[in-house]
Amino acid sequence: MIDSLTRPDPDQIRTWLEDVSDPEVPAVSVMDLGIVRDVQWRGDELVVAITPTYSGCPATSVIAFEIEAALRARGIDCLRIERRLSPPWTTDWITQEGRQRLQAYGIAPPAENAGRPSPFDRFLRKDLVIACPRCKSENTDRVSEFGSTPCKAQYRCRDCLEPFDYFKCI
Amino acid sequence: MNQQDALFEYLLRLGDNALILGHRLSEWCGHSPALEEDLALSNVALDLIGQTQLWLNLASEVEGKGRDADKLAYLRDGRDFRNVLLVEQPNGDFAVTMARQFYFDAWHYLLLRELAGSKHPRIAEIAAKGLKEVTYHLERSRDWVLRLGDGTEESHRRMQTAIDDLWMYTGELFESDEIDQAMAGEGLGPDLATLHEPWLGLVRATAEEATLSLPEPGWAQKGGKRGIHSEHLGYILADLQFLQRAYPNATW
Repeated sequence: MIDSLTRPDPDQIRTWLEDVSDPEVPAVSVMDLGIVRDVQWRGDELVVAITPTYSGCPATSVIAFEIEAALRARGIDCLRIERRLSPPWTTDWITQEGRQRLQAYGIAPPAENAGRPSPFDRFLRKDLVIACPRCKSENTDRVSEFGSTPCKAQYRCRDCLEPFDYFKCI
Repeated sequence: MNQQDALFEYLLRLGDNALILGHRLSEWCGHSPALEEDLALSNVALDLIGQTQLWLNLASEVEGKGRDADKLAYLRDGRDFRNVLLVEQPNGDFAVTMARQFYFDAWHYLLLRELAGSKHPRIAEIAAKGLKEVTYHLERSRDWVLRLGDGTEESHRRMQTAIDDLWMYTGELFESDEIDQAMAGEGLGPDLATLHEPWLGLVRATAEEATLSLPEPGWAQKGGKRGIHSEHLGYILADLQFLQRAYPNATW
């Protein structure tokens, strides 16, 4: 039984959540992705606020379940996962470690600080250069703005000829 | 109609547009001309179904009768659906699907941008979330209008036909009735007429670049927002609602 004297502080809990992987991109944790927006005790109850990457992302409910399972395994029984929509998730919240892990996993990380398009700016950003995560060549082509999950686009490297995913800016 | 009923109706319109178009796009899954297009259409459908859940869950809370988003989606009859006629039009060929998408995306983008500033914080946050997704939808459907319009003789002919045939369903997007006016009056949503100029600007510029000609403004087919639908909606609902109608309360 956890009481107010023995309960772990939120920073400790955050480090535990670094072990919870994203179900669709297991190379990164939910902390790396910036999905966990808040961890706090409200009385005897732990409230973890998470935000979806995309409105229809099917991983969101799996993530909520896995966070809950991970924390119960640490002895936290009284907890609640709160879904928070605002401010909307942006790829700018992916940590530096997360970006490096994506890269090592073969997914090009999102361009930085490009997650907040102003009206119609997207139409002007087609010349964004995305480097191949394998050979680092910048000689790449966008195949499609939509990939195997909502958060990714498909690219192809013209030098090493590998197709690869790009974690697109949002 | 009191404020709460008007808000419920308004949220149904937002949710039903996303639901019916999302369902239409999901019909392409496994049938698209290329794998990349199959993934893209399914991804756009997924975004729209996700937005549907957010809108219809909020509608459910406003109504307060215990009908959650699933019940609203699966157990209403055609006359109770509030989507615009454009989104229920059949997929046709790829040009028809992309022309329908472009007309809708351009409007949806402008609408969500306004709704992101709604005085209703829940509406504002759902709109701000959806806006990011719809920006990608618009970029893609616009790109296809350009590629097919300014493509081969055959692709140009098909895109021009699609642009012409769907035109009469675009007028409904900008028509305000007493519900839209009530929402605009409270600062919850925009005056839809104000979206027409920027929409036309974007559509016109795109058509020009795509070597397509836009029809003259003319008679508009309307009714979906009041529950008067084309015959196509019934077939969509027969497909969408079959399982819950045949096996009530079945769960996954």
